[in-house]
Amino acid sequence: MSEATQALYLAVELVISMDAGLVEIVLLSLQVSLLAVAVACAIGLPLGALLGIARFRGRRLLISINNALMGLPPVVVGLAVYLMLSRSGPFGVFGLLYTPTAMIIAQTLLVLPIVAALSRQTIEDLNAEYDEYLRSLDMRLAGRLKTLLWDGRASLATAAIAGLGRAIAEVGAVIIVGGNIDHVTRVMTTAIALETSKGDLALALALGLVLVTIALALNAAVEILRAGAERKLHAGA
Amino acid sequence: MLAPETTALASFRSVSYASAGDRLLSDIELTIARQGITTIMGPNGAGKSTLLRLLAGLLRPTSGTLTWHRPAGTGQIETAFVFQRPVILRRTVSANIRHAISPLKLPDAQASRRVDAALSDCSLEHLRDAPGRRLSGGEQQRLAMARALARQPDVLLLDEPTASLDPAATNAIEQIALACADKATKVVLVTHDAGQARRLSNDVIFLNAGRAVEHSPAAAFFNQPLSQPARDYLAGRITITDT
Repeated sequence: MSEATQALYLAVELVISMDAGLVEIVLLSLQVSLLAVAVACAIGLPLGALLGIARFRGRRLLISINNALMGLPPVVVGLAVYLMLSRSGPFGVFGLLYTPTAMIIAQTLLVLPIVAALSRQTIEDLNAEYDEYLRSLDMRLAGRLKTLLWDGRASLATAAIAGLGRAIAEVGAVIIVGGNIDHVTRVMTTAIALETSKGDLALALALGLVLVTIALALNAAVEILRAGAERKLHAGA
Repeated sequence: MLAPETTALASFRSVSYASAGDRLLSDIELTIARQGITTIMGPNGAGKSTLLRLLAGLLRPTSGTLTWHRPAGTGQIETAFVFQRPVILRRTVSANIRHAISPLKLPDAQASRRVDAALSDCSLEHLRDAPGRRLSGGEQQRLAMARALARQPDVLLLDEPTASLDPAATNAIEQIALACADKATKVVLVTHDAGQARRLSNDVIFLNAGRAVEHSPAAAFFNQPLSQPARDYLAGRITITDT
């Protein structure tokens, strides 16, 4: 048996037996990325919605910046957060470097532009459709935002899932601010990088399998949401 | 005259409206009576929907004044607007109605009573929990009427509400409008349908090329229109007016 097939065999065994080390890493990954997406949504959805409906000078520029930030390289975000959180940095006193909190902060910054840009687009389109009706109701800004965020919920969920896909698959940011410390800040992507360089291909492959499965499941969820939205929400429109 | 000032609800005094250099309404002089159904008729592009949007406050006159006459001791005059193609929110029928009255900030129990009454007035009880966008065109327009009624407006503004509906659905909307007028809610209707205008109107405003060329009691308008554009319109002749 070649080295690769043997590693694959061991990897499948690790997944099926729910190896404790593997499960720990997967759970921490999910915890960090889900929290990062939750924070990014709490900030990004209202911000994107506001950018979608408000009219002010410099709006176009802000939208361009927002779109450009979607392509932010994770290592650069990691480096920036590192500088902020390191001992000599402005937030060094909190001692957050090399903790899961630092990883959540870094991933939140990565996901925020995606959530804001996608929700901006969604809300802007919906607002064009609803504008005259909402004006006829004398709906104020807060009520309008609430209406649009709720009625755009299917597309906004898609934006959140897209953000989760980016967070869970990136390695650059979390390895810099997390440090890949065993049992503390080791997540799937950093473990794969480390185990591969150490030559422990079985664990790396097992984690790779789980990661690919999660990524595929997220994409499937987006497709299902999108199809459901087309069918249900646009019927008769 | 048709509407003495004591029974007047709103008056237009040399109102004009222009958008992007296009003059859509010119020197409108009209008095809208407090009671009954007033119908606005006229060819496409005459300014009917623009006039209705001025009444709704969705547009403001470029010049001239639109004055509302409130009886002493009453609050601001509230309008509700029903569009030709209603915007149905992506939620259930009852949630659509509840949303429409949310800016009124009513106590919860009172809001629920209003939703129930509107559902019943528009025969939508059986669809209360259905997704609004799944309804047929006629049901969606009944929902739009229900949302408007739940606001308990002083004035109900209907912009060609039955233009794309079949006869049964059209009849349902007309009955709701008549019931509304019976309960002393003012109804202002824009329609292309001369039959509908005959069935519903107390008085008719005829617009042509952005001008109010005629405002008469319905019977007089249909039996003996005063203006040439109205005679042509009712006879089915196309007239082209340079503006």
